[in-house]
Amino acid sequence: MHQITPLDHTHYDEMLAAGQQVRPSYQHFASWLNQATPDWLRNKQAEADTLFRRVGITFAVYGDESGAERLIPFDTIPRIISAAEWKTLEAGCIQRVTALNRFLHDIYHEQDILKAGIIPAEQILTNAGYQLAMQGIDLPRQVYAHIAGVDIIRHSDGGFYVLEDNLRTPSGVSYMLENRKMMMRLFPELFASHDITPVEHYPNMLLDTLRAVAPAEVDNPTVVVLTPGQYNSAYFEHAFLASQMGVELVEGQDLFVKNGHVYMRTTSGPQRVDVIYRRLDDAYLDPLAFNAGSMLGVPGLMSVYREGRVTVCNAVGTGVADDKSIYPYVPDMIRFYLGEEPILHNVPTWQLRKPEDLAYVLEHLPELVVKEVHGAGGYGMLVGPAATQAEIDAYRLRILEDPANFIAQPTLSLSTCPTFVEAGIAPRHIDLRPFVLSGKKVQLVAGGLTRVALREGSLVVNSSQGGGTKDTWILKEDITC
Amino acid sequence: MLSRMAGCLYWMARNMERAENTARLLDVSLQMSLLHASSQDDLLVPLDVTGSTADFLQRHHTPTPQAVLHYLALDSENPGSIYNCMRNARENAHVVRVKITTEMWEQVNGTWLEMREWHARGLDTRSASTFLEWVRERSHLFRGAGYGTMLRNDTFHFSRLGTFIERADNTARILNVKTKQISDNEPEAENILDYYQWAALLRSVSGFEAYRDIYRDSVTPERVAELLILRHDMPRSLRACFAEINKVLARIEGQAGRAARRRASEIQARLTYSSIEDIFADGLEQTLDSLIDDINLLGKLIHHSYLETA
Repeated sequence: MHQITPLDHTHYDEMLAAGQQVRPSYQHFASWLNQATPDWLRNKQAEADTLFRRVGITFAVYGDESGAERLIPFDTIPRIISAAEWKTLEAGCIQRVTALNRFLHDIYHEQDILKAGIIPAEQILTNAGYQLAMQGIDLPRQVYAHIAGVDIIRHSDGGFYVLEDNLRTPSGVSYMLENRKMMMRLFPELFASHDITPVEHYPNMLLDTLRAVAPAEVDNPTVVVLTPGQYNSAYFEHAFLASQMGVELVEGQDLFVKNGHVYMRTTSGPQRVDVIYRRLDDAYLDPLAFNAGSMLGVPGLMSVYREGRVTVCNAVGTGVADDKSIYPYVPDMIRFYLGEEPILHNVPTWQLRKPEDLAYVLEHLPELVVKEVHGAGGYGMLVGPAATQAEIDAYRLRILEDPANFIAQPTLSLSTCPTFVEAGIAPRHIDLRPFVLSGKKVQLVAGGLTRVALREGSLVVNSSQGGGTKDTWILKEDITC
Repeated sequence: MLSRMAGCLYWMARNMERAENTARLLDVSLQMSLLHASSQDDLLVPLDVTGSTADFLQRHHTPTPQAVLHYLALDSENPGSIYNCMRNARENAHVVRVKITTEMWEQVNGTWLEMREWHARGLDTRSASTFLEWVRERSHLFRGAGYGTMLRNDTFHFSRLGTFIERADNTARILNVKTKQISDNEPEAENILDYYQWAALLRSVSGFEAYRDIYRDSVTPERVAELLILRHDMPRSLRACFAEINKVLARIEGQAGRAARRRASEIQARLTYSSIEDIFADGLEQTLDSLIDDINLLGKLIHHSYLETA
């Protein structure tokens, strides 16, 4: 028997409801877990570590001298999402990414949303992520964010909230795929007793997406993955995706521009490239157009791109839409472009330049987090629940001086999931990143990357800060009991 | 295939082959230097063959066995040291690790990890032969893992190309240096010293047993030269290397390598249809000099046709 105690009642636990009641989606898993001895589980966890290290030695690339690789810890207890919950998440992600793509097309063309006064024009046009070079360029299928990673958390109220949209070069999908492979290898019996939606076709779906946005006149497009090189921390994923899709993994030096097209240098001569899945930031793509010192890019690429003779995925200039200052407007984008109510909530954000928001925030300062709009790294921030009355009073005066400079959010609580730790099994905080693909249509495989903060009480799930990953199971049908 | 990838495969194999050849040379030279400790000539041979004599003398002044061993085996400042060859092989393999087989990658990576341990421990003349044998074994494993597991596509072909270009270059160079060295010997010492030097040369290319099997007679320069230049059945001979190079070049996809193919076929035709009497009539040194130039040119053509990324 494993004694699993929920952290406390201020967090939602994915497995246990109030009163130690196992949630329906975890029923099978919990009874399986009850039969497993702690020693056996520990051995399985050790086996996973060994296997990952071995695969890691073959695959995971960290460009260090020793040939040893850093591995992101993998937790053997899955994060299970019910079919009903996934239906909401899926519809919500599709809706959100559809609106974001419409928004990106709009701000580089007619700018209707600015004309309608929904977003102040200066917030877009002066944004560092807004690329003037993209104005008036028509992209295949009008898609900008072909691959989007939507970071979602579950709050103590049980609802899902979008924390941020990653529309530039979101990573982590290789862990989603590798984690599933590992779980199937370690616990085949669990896959027999659960009806879990597969994720293995993701590379195929990605290739279809990339081919679907090739320049219109190309019949059989050549797709490549563009990596900054083997010393990039996500190189493993770049190489993994290229090999899974069966396309070339290229570096900037492998590509060149000639007669208005992009070519790669091959042993049988130059070969035309039609779609570039780039894992390189805008600034490094083309030294002639952006950062002149970049050795990673392809001189002249932007000119071919602007002529529509090559497709760059994700498009140049998507950064403006996943900017922190634009995030509060995403629900309005959904209403404006789709005429729908948002299915997934934003973390409520009060923009203090709005009088009604200001009034509310001033009344509720002790329970809110207040941030400067352009602040970063936690500077100039008020954490209401942790602040003294004097600090709150002082901050109130700062807000009143220039309300437009502030936003406020409720204090967040990430849900927990049972996790294998040294002392046994204990709840740890998690988030979720599904990967949304936009090509012929907007779709996603049923799954995503679940990141877990392995340190007790920690809310930081990033791998650089001691975060790990879990396999994410989406049940095909919900268990009724 | 991407030119850069082909280049990595080619240089991965060349570096591994170079490490093996340097190990063979060093092994024989260290043994020879024990035979007649008064002479430094034998110690200079591996430096001459690898073209690093000037650099060595500038940094070490006198070629002691220990200094030569360190310089050619472990010195991280010497771009041609076995240490650096293995590092280069591993770095190139790292780039193409999704193209090569798991066995091959594990072999190259494992070799490099062990090489680092040798490097940390250091070498002396007593541990030298264990080390040099290890290098040869790792190179055998590398080729064996590749030959035994790789799909016969361009990934395989560029790796094989690297192996045999490097091997041909090495055989020609070692023969050339020895030929020059032996012709410098004092006439009265000639016979006995010649014997040991030719025998050492044979051992450095695993040719001693082959020689005995084929000729069943004393070691003569003509026969050694014939064995290492013209015999098709001697795996490190120039003719055998060129047979393989031509086979591989013919199988590489596309028409980009026409110039390289023509040059390689010309060299092979010359090796196939000349006799050792012709070669000695023209002068062995001259023949070898021109072969080395030819191999060098062929290497450039291969680069230009297939591998260049600039």
